[in-house]
Amino acid sequence: MIRLENIERTFQVGDEQVYALRQINLTVRVGEYLSIMGPSGSGKSTLLNILGLLDRPDKGVYHLDGRDATHLDDRPQAELRRHKIGFIFQFFHLIPRLTATENVELPLTLAGVAPAERKQRVMAALAELGLADRARHRPDQLSGGQRQRVAIARATIMRPALILADEPTGNLDRASGQEVIQTIEALNAQGMTIVMVTHDPELGGRTRRQVRMNDGRIAHDSGADDEK
Amino acid sequence: MFLRDTITLSLQAVISHRLRSFLTALGIAVGIAAVVLLTSLGEGIHRYVLAEFTQFGTNLIGITPGRTSTTGFSGGVISNVRPLSLADALALEKLPRVLAAVPVVQGNAEVKSETRSRRTYVFGVGSDTPLVWQFRVAQGRFLPGDDPRTARAFVVLGSKVKTELFGSVNPLGRRLRIGNEQYRIMGVMASKGQLLGFDLDDAVYIPAGRALALFNRESLMEIDLLYAEGSRSEEIARRARQLLIARHGAEDFTIITQDQMLDVLGSVLNILTLAVGALGGISLLVGGVGILTIMTISVNERTAEIGLLRAVGADRRQVLGLFICEAVVLAGIGGIAGLVIGAGGAWLLGQVVPALPTHTSWSYVVFAELLAVFIGLLAGVLPARHAARLDPIEALRAE
Ligand SMILES: Nc1ncnc2c1ncn2[C@@H]1O[C@H](COP(=O)(O)OP(=O)(O)O)[C@@H](O)[C@H]1O
Ligand SMILES: [Mg+2]
Repeated sequence: MIRLENIERTFQVGDEQVYALRQINLTVRVGEYLSIMGPSGSGKSTLLNILGLLDRPDKGVYHLDGRDATHLDDRPQAELRRHKIGFIFQFFHLIPRLTATENVELPLTLAGVAPAERKQRVMAALAELGLADRARHRPDQLSGGQRQRVAIARATIMRPALILADEPTGNLDRASGQEVIQTIEALNAQGMTIVMVTHDPELGGRTRRQVRMNDGRIAHDSGADDEK
Repeated sequence: MFLRDTITLSLQAVISHRLRSFLTALGIAVGIAAVVLLTSLGEGIHRYVLAEFTQFGTNLIGITPGRTSTTGFSGGVISNVRPLSLADALALEKLPRVLAAVPVVQGNAEVKSETRSRRTYVFGVGSDTPLVWQFRVAQGRFLPGDDPRTARAFVVLGSKVKTELFGSVNPLGRRLRIGNEQYRIMGVMASKGQLLGFDLDDAVYIPAGRALALFNRESLMEIDLLYAEGSRSEEIARRARQLLIARHGAEDFTIITQDQMLDVLGSVLNILTLAVGALGGISLLVGGVGILTIMTISVNERTAEIGLLRAVGADRRQVLGLFICEAVVLAGIGGIAGLVIGAGGAWLLGQVVPALPTHTSWSYVVFAELLAVFIGLLAGVLPARHAARLDPIEALRAE
């Protein structure tokens, strides 16, 4: 599904070059459940952004689904994000003025799906995540856990093959975090590939594969699921 | 992505900041209201003036003595300007397709009935005046068709002179002294009202030849030709010019057709309307700057949202479209509000001050609305481009 070869990413901060990623080699197969852990500033988010085609590496090659996705133009890149990738963020990133339904609907709207089909798919997705009675609520009328589940519904509404989660429980209490993790694991059980950045060793311990990062490098990789 | 969805999303964003959007749209609304109201006034005045000038009919050609030339000489050089005579008027009347020629002399004189007197305008004219100027005789008849050079001493009263001098008494057949001569009253004109402040009812009409003698003039002031419907005014004017040149030996007169006059008047009035419209346009520009400001603030406030849009699959063009659409929606709402205020204001003004002519021209209204949308587009482009160019990871970090 994913193959990264010798990925490097540097940021210019003032006169200094900051290495966010160095010599990253990583292969992820379809259906894997993978966590990335490591200290703050070790490059986890940067790696996730490159995987999600929101950022480009300065060096190296990124293959997504057997296709070179390193140097795509804006539109095909957006097309891939829309259909293949779902993002889950620490801070949910729901649009505050829109209802839960409208937030979940957004990727379908951008993709030009007809309104009738949109409504149907969104209602089904919300019901599946136990949010049917919250459909008309705005984010500020929802609890943290509910917000994250709305965000998960939005990330999965296009049925993407790859889910990228950046500390999805980082802003939640334990109980809500548990719920969210169970939701994500259910997605994995349905066949979606999950790459999840987390600080929490307990959460990291639950995934079948663990990658540890340090100072922009992969310090440890427990190996692909099926290699164990 | 459907246009309808883009508009819905834009509307939701506009509505979410009610007060701010209201104030921003107000800027455009005031501009559009000003444009609509001012052009309504301009257009109303235009129509009013044209109606005033065409109330004498439209198939008219006016001939005046002296030549208005572009070299700076006007009627000033008297020596080689021959007078316009009654004989000229008679000759012009015989031209083909000319229905009537009215010689005109005008002045001020004291008119006296047996009991009262009044200073009033005295028009020396011909017997075809009611036809040419589209005047109506209310009582009696107009001047008879005598040879103008030896016309008998008859007079027709304007309606105001009649009431001032005779009250409700029937004046027909009575005598009226004008200057040192006695005139017999033939008729009374129907009220015609004012023409640009000139009271046409406060006048009496006598034969032109007698008026020349009364005012001790050699030349007529004007000859008005009425030509048959369907003739070309330039053609009649050309024939009249040839005839008079033959009679005078030179072109020492000026011919103006009603068409030419209306053209000149029309273009002057159009410039007036455009000028007041442009004045309103300046306030539109100010409204446009308001939209630019608010959209810039909005983009800065919503960087996280822009990052999210990109993450869920929006490309740069879609982000651009969404923000431009938002600016256009703002301007469009302001435009419609301004239209209602402007057209309503013009209508109200017409009701409250009936003397003030207003006319809301729909072509200006459509133009104003398009202008509002265009200004929204223009004001939206810069902030929207900024939004579209944002780096999505930077945008997502902005929380
Ligand atoms: N947009 C950026 N501009 C400058 N430096 C950045 C940017 N994004 C990340 N970095 C730097 O790259 C390094 C890795 O950051 P990040 O991937 O966010 O780490 P993590 O998610 O593991 O905490 C850090 O040193 C960070 O300061
Ligand atoms: Mg991070």
